Amino acid sequence: MAKHHIEATVNGDDVEFLCETEETLLDVLRDTLHLTGSKEGCASGDCGACSVMLDGRLVCSCLVLGCEVSGRRVETIEGMAKGESLHPLQQKFLEHAALQCGICTPGFIVAGKALLERNPNPTETEIRYWLAGNLCRCTGYDKIVSAVKDAAVAMRKG
Amino acid sequence: MAENGTNGPNGTNGGYVGTRTIRPDGLDKVTGRARFGADYNLPGQLIGRVLRSPHPHARIVRIDTSKAEALPGVKAVITRDDFADQSSEFIPAGEMLMNYKDVVRNVMAREKALYEGHAVAAVAATSAAIARRALKLIDVTYEVLPHVIDVVEAMRPDAPLLHDDLFTAGVEPKPEKPSNIAKRIEIVLGDIEAGFKKADVIVEREFKTAAVHQGYIEPHAALASVSEDGSTELWCCTQGHFIVRAHCARLLGLDIAKIRVTASEIGGGFGGKTVVYLEPLAIALSRKAKRPVKMVMSREEVFKSSGPTSGATVKVKMGATKDGKFVAGFAELKYQAGAFQGSPVQPGVMCAYAPYDMENVKVIGYDVVSNRPKVAAYRAPGAPISEYAVESVVDEIAKKLGLDPIDLRMMNAAREGTKAAYGPKFGPIGLEETLNSIKKTEHWNTPLRKWQGRGVASGFWFNIGGETCASLTVNEDGTVSLMVGTPDIGGLRAALTNMAADELGIPYEKVRPIIGDTGSLGFTFLTGGSRSAFSGSMAIVEAAKQIKAELCARACKLWEAKPDQVEFSNGAVRPLGELAEKIKPMTIADFAKVAGKTGGPIGGYGRINAQGAGPSLGTHLVDLEVDPETGRVTILRYTVAQDAGKALHPAYVEGQFQGGAVQGIGWALNEEYIYGADGKLQNAGFLDYRMPVASDVPMIDAIVVEVANPKHPYGVRGVGETPIVPPLGAIANAMEAATGIRFTELPMSPPKVLKALKERGLTGKN
Repeated sequence: MAKHHIEATVNGDDVEFLCETEETLLDVLRDTLHLTGSKEGCASGDCGACSVMLDGRLVCSCLVLGCEVSGRRVETIEGMAKGESLHPLQQKFLEHAALQCGICTPGFIVAGKALLERNPNPTETEIRYWLAGNLCRCTGYDKIVSAVKDAAVAMRKG
Repeated sequence: MAENGTNGPNGTNGGYVGTRTIRPDGLDKVTGRARFGADYNLPGQLIGRVLRSPHPHARIVRIDTSKAEALPGVKAVITRDDFADQSSEFIPAGEMLMNYKDVVRNVMAREKALYEGHAVAAVAATSAAIARRALKLIDVTYEVLPHVIDVVEAMRPDAPLLHDDLFTAGVEPKPEKPSNIAKRIEIVLGDIEAGFKKADVIVEREFKTAAVHQGYIEPHAALASVSEDGSTELWCCTQGHFIVRAHCARLLGLDIAKIRVTASEIGGGFGGKTVVYLEPLAIALSRKAKRPVKMVMSREEVFKSSGPTSGATVKVKMGATKDGKFVAGFAELKYQAGAFQGSPVQPGVMCAYAPYDMENVKVIGYDVVSNRPKVAAYRAPGAPISEYAVESVVDEIAKKLGLDPIDLRMMNAAREGTKAAYGPKFGPIGLEETLNSIKKTEHWNTPLRKWQGRGVASGFWFNIGGETCASLTVNEDGTVSLMVGTPDIGGLRAALTNMAADELGIPYEKVRPIIGDTGSLGFTFLTGGSRSAFSGSMAIVEAAKQIKAELCARACKLWEAKPDQVEFSNGAVRPLGELAEKIKPMTIADFAKVAGKTGGPIGGYGRINAQGAGPSLGTHLVDLEVDPETGRVTILRYTVAQDAGKALHPAYVEGQFQGGAVQGIGWALNEEYIYGADGKLQNAGFLDYRMPVASDVPMIDAIVVEVANPKHPYGVRGVGETPIVPPLGAIANAMEAATGIRFTELPMSPPKVLKALKERGLTGKN
């Protein structure tokens, strides 16, 4: 079967790509658009390492088909830093040592951003439940939670 | 806890060791730029896929690959025929032993498929879709054999045999019949019979633990490119690329110098990435296809085909006097090895009673094969299992004697000079300090409510050193390139950069660390055994020493001075005595500018076999609550105290404590390999193999105890593994405190807890 021709916006850029019906958004991001910051940990929506924003909504890109993003807006980890300046979450993850191996980090940061956009002052419990869709095997989550909390403070201060 | 987010001092006077510098590789990891195993691609690459056995145990009668080979787009197909057989020879592999006769069979089944998911063939094709179609065209004729999954069943004389040529080692006389029991080992100290006679109280229990997976989020991945003359390049996620090179050279009959392995960033390993799976297959496929081949495991393949750690059955019998002195300890450990021998039962045996000063100890261990994936190392391999059993019994003794469980441990704690049952006399170790730290916490003294319980347990791990190289190169502008050969799995670059900056007296930002490939450094053993910061920092001290000596020698020439008229300190060679009045000190940057005129490039190269890794001991404290309606256990509060010797980078030391504790929580409460009667794994995914998520756990308080290791120039001990040892016992002990029930089987998952509560009429609403 012929490939689908898709036009979408990724990190603010217009993109066009061809994809097979069964290819996921994650496949397209990684293999076709060469945006490998989103990771595949499970391909079943359980680990959150492939988290991206689709029209402002947090999704696992392994559970979205490439064809589904036609005409839509995709934001990935690669679009979070603006020029020289990191997003506060990126900065706080560094300062708090909130990553060890770093494979889950892009997913956590994207998911954290989605949280802080809807809830600028989350409690520890709210952070933990929001991030329950993202697996981290290294940190025990302690420093991740602290980093998100601290990023919220920094963002509220503007 | 010290405050987060503080950067190290600026300036040139060092003082970075012990501070929370920003990791040099961090920026790439928060922006998605860092390249992990699956992020590498080469022009013209093919996609490789593995055909895996659907049967837990089957003779492979015939493999017909002709249809797959004929499929357009398929460029190579490999089977057992593409790997020469290997002779039986045990080789030390870090904390475990390995045998290439087994390794060649594990990467590609030969006579038999020995577990569901065992590799049987592999293909390389121009697309993943074609590779998948090709797998379906490979015709394998299996003769299905009876299988055995359970370790105790596998030990029975009438159990289905995995290997006709496996005879139990370590028993006299040598058995005449083959068996699934690969090995019996035993350590003895003193006389336990005499010891038990002195006991006022004896507790004997049998425990069972489930196989659990390391659970790294990054699946195994490899990209190989082999040229016509056999020169091989390989990129893969591994804890030790030098080890990968050695294994691949052996399995594929290549000269070591012809293989260059680059370790990608590694997305977790915990011991599970110390062995090879895809790497030799990718090379074999690439060699056949003459094109690069990329292979990545699915999560299902990771669960079914890569190493979990052993499930086990453990018997413990301990005796104590009425005032609490441990007088005898016995244990019998039966560990699953998976399909090939080599469970971590040896370290399990050695660690069982290691935290305690005891005169009479006997521990027996059995290494048992069954139709499961071959186990791989998992963080303090073997120790969490045996120490869980012992720590549970210690808690029961405390209860029977009416003693405080911390005081009881303190009374029996191993300390400097204690002779361990496994052989050595300990140097300075920090168990008492961790017990004291825990006792002083506010946590220990906080009251609990009904259905809540508090548990404590201690843990021991040896740590290792080993062959390690590190180079420090002074660049033309005075900046320094640091290279080590151990993959950075959790902050290693930051810890080593702290150290290098201090050693050379230059700003942290002026040192740039990289992980060198196998062509760039001498043989360096893997990241494992909690050795990478310990050994790497020792090699850096050595490299820095060479630089300092070289710069002093050059200064002597330039200044026409004698060696005792100069010294290196604070980043510069300084003239001493009267010379100091005439001559200004020369910084590293000053020397760099004139390097060409003063003897050429400046650098140091540490090549060491690091010795003297000090054991790290820890004590964990946990509060939990049991929901009597559902059997669900919630961890309310958790504190870790562990001896780090010296924390090069406290934030990443705490991270090891916290991460290990949470892996232990998963092991204790939820994680397990669940097999059906058909011998197939039923929960090969993250939905059903339930690892802790953020909402399952509280903050983990980390207390870094520092009892210097005298064998390390800065006092460092490895810290990575010990943190997973105490949680199983601490949580089991807290469960007993909450419910009055001594749980002896892991995981203590809701159905099991609910059943136990029901049997005792304890269910209901809280």
